[in-house]
Amino acid sequence: MDVANLIRMANRIGAFFEAMPDHAEAVNGIVQHLRRFWEPRMRVALLDFLEQHPDGCQGEICLMPLVREAVAQHADELRPAAARAT
Amino acid sequence: MQETVISRERDFGTPARTSSQTVTLVIDGRTVTVPEGTSVMRAAAEAGIAVPRLCATDSLEAFGSCRLCLVEIEGRRGYPASCTTLVEEGMVVHTRTDRLQKLRRNVMELYISDHPLDCLTCPSNGDCELQEMAGVVGLREVRYGFEGASHVADCADKSNPYFVYDPSKCIVCSRCVRACEEIQGTFALTVQGRGFNSRIVAGQDDSFLESDCVSCGACVQACPTAALEEKNVYQMGLPVESIVTTCAYCGVGCGFKAEVQGQQVIRMTPWKDGKANRGHSCVKGRFAWGYATHKDRITRPMIRRSIDDPWQEVSWEEAIRYAASEFRRIQQQYGRDAVGGITSSRCTNEETWLVQKLVRAAFGTNNVDTCARVCHSPTGYGLKQTLGESAGTQTFDSVMHANVIMVIGANPTDAHPVFASRMKRRLRKGARLIVVDPRRIDLVAGPHVRADYHLQLRPGTNVALLTALAHVIVTENLVDEDFVAARCEGDSFRQWRDFVARPENSPEATESITGVPAALVRGAARLYATGGNGAIYYGLGVTEHAQGSTAVMAIANLAMATGNIGREGVGVNPLRGQNNVQGSCDMGSFPHEFPGYRHVSDDAVRASFEAAWGVPLQSEPGLRIPNMFDAALSGTFKGLYCQGEDIVQSDPNTQHVAAALRAMECVVVQDIFLNETAKYAHVFLPGCSFLEKDGTFTNAERRISRVRKVMEPLSGMADWQITQALSNALGYPMNYSHPSEIMDEIARLTPTFAGVSYEKLDRLGSVQWPCNEQAPEGTPVMHVGEFVRGKGRFFITRYVPSDERTSSRFPLLLTTGRILSQYNVGAQTRRTPNVVWHDEDMLEIHPQDAQDRGIVDGAWVGVRSRAGETVLRAKITERVAPGVVYTTFHFPESGANVVTTDSSDWATNCPEYKVTAVEVMAVHEPSAWQQRWSQFSVKQDRLLRERMRKRDEDLVLTGK
Repeated sequence: MDVANLIRMANRIGAFFEAMPDHAEAVNGIVQHLRRFWEPRMRVALLDFLEQHPDGCQGEICLMPLVREAVAQHADELRPAAARAT
Repeated sequence: MQETVISRERDFGTPARTSSQTVTLVIDGRTVTVPEGTSVMRAAAEAGIAVPRLCATDSLEAFGSCRLCLVEIEGRRGYPASCTTLVEEGMVVHTRTDRLQKLRRNVMELYISDHPLDCLTCPSNGDCELQEMAGVVGLREVRYGFEGASHVADCADKSNPYFVYDPSKCIVCSRCVRACEEIQGTFALTVQGRGFNSRIVAGQDDSFLESDCVSCGACVQACPTAALEEKNVYQMGLPVESIVTTCAYCGVGCGFKAEVQGQQVIRMTPWKDGKANRGHSCVKGRFAWGYATHKDRITRPMIRRSIDDPWQEVSWEEAIRYAASEFRRIQQQYGRDAVGGITSSRCTNEETWLVQKLVRAAFGTNNVDTCARVCHSPTGYGLKQTLGESAGTQTFDSVMHANVIMVIGANPTDAHPVFASRMKRRLRKGARLIVVDPRRIDLVAGPHVRADYHLQLRPGTNVALLTALAHVIVTENLVDEDFVAARCEGDSFRQWRDFVARPENSPEATESITGVPAALVRGAARLYATGGNGAIYYGLGVTEHAQGSTAVMAIANLAMATGNIGREGVGVNPLRGQNNVQGSCDMGSFPHEFPGYRHVSDDAVRASFEAAWGVPLQSEPGLRIPNMFDAALSGTFKGLYCQGEDIVQSDPNTQHVAAALRAMECVVVQDIFLNETAKYAHVFLPGCSFLEKDGTFTNAERRISRVRKVMEPLSGMADWQITQALSNALGYPMNYSHPSEIMDEIARLTPTFAGVSYEKLDRLGSVQWPCNEQAPEGTPVMHVGEFVRGKGRFFITRYVPSDERTSSRFPLLLTTGRILSQYNVGAQTRRTPNVVWHDEDMLEIHPQDAQDRGIVDGAWVGVRSRAGETVLRAKITERVAPGVVYTTFHFPESGANVVTTDSSDWATNCPEYKVTAVEVMAVHEPSAWQQRWSQFSVKQDRLLRERMRKRDEDLVLTGK
């Protein structure tokens, strides 16, 4: 999958939840949205990217801090069960 | 509900009244009780007494001009017209006396003195109310003779492609003029001249085609003679049979009677008992159905190994076997999730149910999606989050109880014309109107309709504006506190309230973003909040944005905050585009939800489907359509079963879509024409038009209506049978023998459909879901006592500018939309005479922007974005604001979507069709894309013709 595109999509998700006053609720919102709406290979691509680039940056495009935090802290939950098993 | 012989539906003469007060009177010795305000004519009709009439019909208010319906009322002098006389308690009426009969005969004699006597060769022979009335009154002679002045030599106007206006047959009853006013609201017709010289004319005595006539057919429907008659009736004669079905164009879902001779449709007439349209229609449903038997129809299955090969016509068995073997091969080679499907929003509920079932149970994946992805998926997300259900909250009738109507990002006079006519009726009665749109749509200023506020915002700034409206409502204490306290989550409301109240969300602070003067925003907000019943209607101008879902939630926030939800006359009303996009979503076409909008990760729901379908089902969400393209380009998505959806023409960034399809190994297209997507296909399965279907559609009101077959499938197989055959070939058995069995399964597995059956639909005509034990006859208005999710939830809607922004390179914003006469990608309407109104997509550009670029009206202009470039002809108009250009996407050669980008809604990936940064310049030749498209299309057309030629050669050789 095109990681740059996934980063842009994830950042826009983050931009919505960032407006929530409760930080934990915002983080949880992002995680649940990715879990419920992103197909496994999209989540895996994002997770693999973050593992390889912990700063969340690919060239000039970076994951926004809130999204980076949400994905990093909940990587286990976001990794699809089948991928987790291997 | 088949009528085997056409008989005129009962016409009660004047409209029904709904007063709860009743009046009892005696007519011809019969006692009858009717609502107060009913006419004597209608009261008689309800008692089974038909008073002769010509200018009266029950779809129009009484007019009193023909003088045929005179009656005698005891205690009153003279002979009042029964159509304009209201019932009174204790009235005693006589509808037939010798004196009345003589008067009526004299009136008829005058009419016939100026009327051709060619009944036997007239197209209305046997279907003419004038003929009927002449018989009823016993006319035997015309003492005036026929040598005097008359209109029998008047020339007919044949300019409209579908009907003829023959003034020689006209009796100036004015039904047509009144229909155009009251029902359609276009006011295109009038009576010109006086007395004997009175004639019906269109416009300023223009031809119908040149006038403002929108060809809705209301005048033809109302006309009692052959003065306005369908051309098909001229050519083919009157129909003898009618079948009630549902239109296959837009989300209004008009009920129609297909009037036929055998399997030949003569005309489609609006069904008076259709609850969505109540006897009205638009040009598309009424007249533009000829595409179903167009010569471009493909009726034989075809396969080819490569898209550069000619097509091979094969048998159904071979085509299905080949498709199934390819899908299985791909899954073995690339993985189970390397394939997927797209269900059709033009197909029935039963058909889309089977496609998503095939994808889930036979393919074993959740990679299924539908065209709602590119239109109302944000509605699904946004309303589910706030209210708990992914659907509009009202009926169309509800608009008749609205006091303030807010139309946001919708152009209903073009895209939902029959509903727009109802809305205009309410507006003419005094409801107030707020329009939020970058363009000056027709609703802003039309005949007897004028918007109180037109908030002409910059494309892409909906959320800023909606939040500013909320700011006014909150800071000026216009919140319905009682409603919010009783019906909504307190915490979410308080967070939202604090957010919108911030100074940066005020109309003054957002003016520089939206371009809308603060005073207008304040005025509109106050009107919506305090003007009585406030109803919001919105369309793709809300959803097709980077913040589409956010905007939907903002709309729900406004409705909840002002208590405008949960009863008639209010609500949140998404104007769903396609005839069955609502149904397709209901049927589980989304990759993340089973039917009934239940997430695939819900163990209990999944278990119920696994038990019914006998296979394990995946709990992870599948790929959405845009993600399928990305996965295809990454090499992990290789097979697609695409039913009735032209993704190459309708999805954004055409070059990206085409590249994705080229990267796939098996594209199976099930459709009625070789559309743009089929040019990239390896298997073509010929599908059916709505005239060949049995099933149900669900419209924007959640109304499930029957679609009834008029002709046998031209290809020999119904769409659902094709899907079933493919599933069986894949090894997953399906054994339905009739679509009603599929609906029974839907009802068993989907709680909101639990009470739906064909028997109930035949009995009631239609039902609105939820239809179950709690609501056995359906649910007109939702969220009445409580929201589906319990308490309504507010969401913070912070404005985030789209990534699509103007720059020095792309200084203009392109937005897209639709036009009345063409429908979406135009596959249907381009193959009808509707092209006479719109035969090319044009670029609307403001005079200032045009002048700055040396562009004149009608000139060829290049439109370029970061995604691509195309060429259109320019139309200079002030309907768009400076800085904004607009086009439609009905013709593939226009390449409107070559220019649109992959910018999309954050929650659903709904493409941001409404905001593309572009530059426009004068050019002298088509764009590079258009040249390539032209070459590719010519080649694909040749490959199609070569398959025809091969078949014909085989016929010559074999002598068969």
